[in-house]
Amino acid sequence: MSHATLVEKIWAQHRIADLGGGSALLLIDRVFLHERTGGIALQGLAAAGRAVRRPQQVFCTMDHIVDTFPGRGDATRMPGGTAFITSTRAAALEAGVNLFDINDPNQGIVHVVSAEQGITLPGLTQVCPDSHTCTLGGLGALAWGIGSTEAEHALATTTLPILRPKQMRVNFLGRLGRGVTAKDMILKLIGLHGASGGVGYAVEFAGAAVTSLPVEARLTLCNMAVEFGAWTGIIAPDDATFEYVSGRPYAPDGVLWQRAVDHWRSLASDAGAAFDREIDIQAETIAPQITWGTSPQHSISIDEPVPDPQSQPDEKRRAAMSRALAYMAVEPGRPLVGIPIDAAFIGSCTNARLSDLRAAAAILKGQRVATGIKAICVPGSSRVKQAAELEGLHQVFIDAGFEWRESGCSMCFFAGGESFGQGERVITTTNRNFENRQGPGTRSHLASPATVAASALKGQITDVRRLGRQR
Amino acid sequence: MSANTPLDQHTGVAVPLMRINIDTDAIIPSREMKRVSKEGLGEALFANWRYADVTTRRENPDFILNQDAYRQASILVAGDNFGCGSSREHAVWALKDFGIRVIVAPSFGSIFYGNCVLNGILPIRLAQSHVEALAAEIEAQPGVRFSVDLVKQQLSTPAGKLAEFDISAADKRMLVEGLDGIALTQQRDAEIVSFIAADREQRPWVYR
Ligand code: SF4
Repeated sequence: MSHATLVEKIWAQHRIADLGGGSALLLIDRVFLHERTGGIALQGLAAAGRAVRRPQQVFCTMDHIVDTFPGRGDATRMPGGTAFITSTRAAALEAGVNLFDINDPNQGIVHVVSAEQGITLPGLTQVCPDSHTCTLGGLGALAWGIGSTEAEHALATTTLPILRPKQMRVNFLGRLGRGVTAKDMILKLIGLHGASGGVGYAVEFAGAAVTSLPVEARLTLCNMAVEFGAWTGIIAPDDATFEYVSGRPYAPDGVLWQRAVDHWRSLASDAGAAFDREIDIQAETIAPQITWGTSPQHSISIDEPVPDPQSQPDEKRRAAMSRALAYMAVEPGRPLVGIPIDAAFIGSCTNARLSDLRAAAAILKGQRVATGIKAICVPGSSRVKQAAELEGLHQVFIDAGFEWRESGCSMCFFAGGESFGQGERVITTTNRNFENRQGPGTRSHLASPATVAASALKGQITDVRRLGRQR
Repeated sequence: MSANTPLDQHTGVAVPLMRINIDTDAIIPSREMKRVSKEGLGEALFANWRYADVTTRRENPDFILNQDAYRQASILVAGDNFGCGSSREHAVWALKDFGIRVIVAPSFGSIFYGNCVLNGILPIRLAQSHVEALAAEIEAQPGVRFSVDLVKQQLSTPAGKLAEFDISAADKRMLVEGLDGIALTQQRDAEIVSFIAADREQRPWVYR
């Protein structure tokens, strides 16, 4: 094990049995559930007459379908949504798992709660029937999204059979420029290498521009590993990670804490560890990114023109590009800057932690969003909301003309309830710009909180680095 | 999790859907996941593309699954990175309920791939050029039936094309025998218990 990668080390520590053909039965340390898919898994298990093997390691939150308006209860705007909430609650109570219910002060978006409560620890294996579970790789855990049937397996056995992923390392070298964030780093990677560039890989993010990121930004970086097609993303835990985890409600303390930290320090990839693929990106070359189309790979620098399908030799890709251009109603050959927007959304497991809200508020302070812009801020968790209110950030958002909501996934996706309208153009801190993702016919441009805030003020897509000069 | 219908050989109508990056939101839109249930999702499959009006279910005649030659399709031939995006297993439940047993694509979203195997759908990865040739054969002859032999790991077509594909031994066994993965793992219970006992000594902070 002297030349092992971070992922190989965690894999080896959790490998119960080899299943042949590159698969292994892995021990699963934590399972997180939410009302959208978790209730089905718990019910499926119960229907098969099976029990949750270790309920104390299983957590459940209400985030996807819950209303985010003040004074909320079980009622939701999604048709049939209340049944997901009530049946998940009943199944969670029945199974005896840890539940962060709607009005629990620790409620929030699953991946935000898991980190802030210290449920995820470095070196753990963690699964959730939700594709953005890879977010938690930002703490040095091996965390990935699974389906409901796999969730039943993990709940019943505390294990999962997993095909061993290939190993990729993405090195962000050097230093990020002003106004450039973790969101821009991951969009740049996906823009360069495609939405399937990481398929089959566990991707370790490394390099000076990664190790110098605060932990919350590392969570943003890993969050979108799945949009790169990767099985998961991960970053070696270091002193910043330990400081972040220390003192959180579910984190170890005392003697156990010291033992844990010693163990965590040993997890980083060894010098000379072999990767199946390495990608280097110079951080200085990254400008604020924005998507022009309907896949996260349709990402460009904010000052770069939208690509022309005619320059794409591959016929399938050309067709996909043309379709995306038509859906988004943007023109090739011109930058997006200056295009009027209808709405701005700050929220989601990608970019709704306290640091994201601070970054947006720093731009919004003392300003108002442009006339007619629907602007919404949905904190990533109830704890984030509370902390933001203690700092007075909520007042900055409200004074700027933003709605200030209760925590949840909200309009990160459209479940049949609330949405931006047909043809509405939204600049959003979320992670998916798929057709209809934020509502039927809604056009989503993914960007960082700073870019979203700047664009909301101008009422048009804006280069945050030029905001001061334009104003 | 219940056992699936074993899948060793399958012959059925093939349908091409060659867009790339078809995500699980497209396979089943969020708002179609209305019930806390895995059943009856077939009519929601590709709802945004399949229906001109999703509320009344008025069909969009241009969408391929609405053409008579393909209504009974059970083999889907798809573009690269099929099933990327959200982990929703509903995408697989909808395909299964519609009647799809085999999906052929250059690559798949990784969670989607696993969900297929667990639900008795065979995902076949073939080279891009192979997949395109299959799609061309269907387009030349709508309603054509392909045959898949999972034991031999072969897909064959009336035009005489024969493609061999790779699949892990574990996935193959799950599909061929229609196994229930939980029951399979529970056979290793003693191994799991002793592994955890040793792990508790090594990493006591993990156990709450
Ligand atoms: S915020 Fe969006 S991406 Fe994140 S878990 Fe919720 S729905 Fe999924």
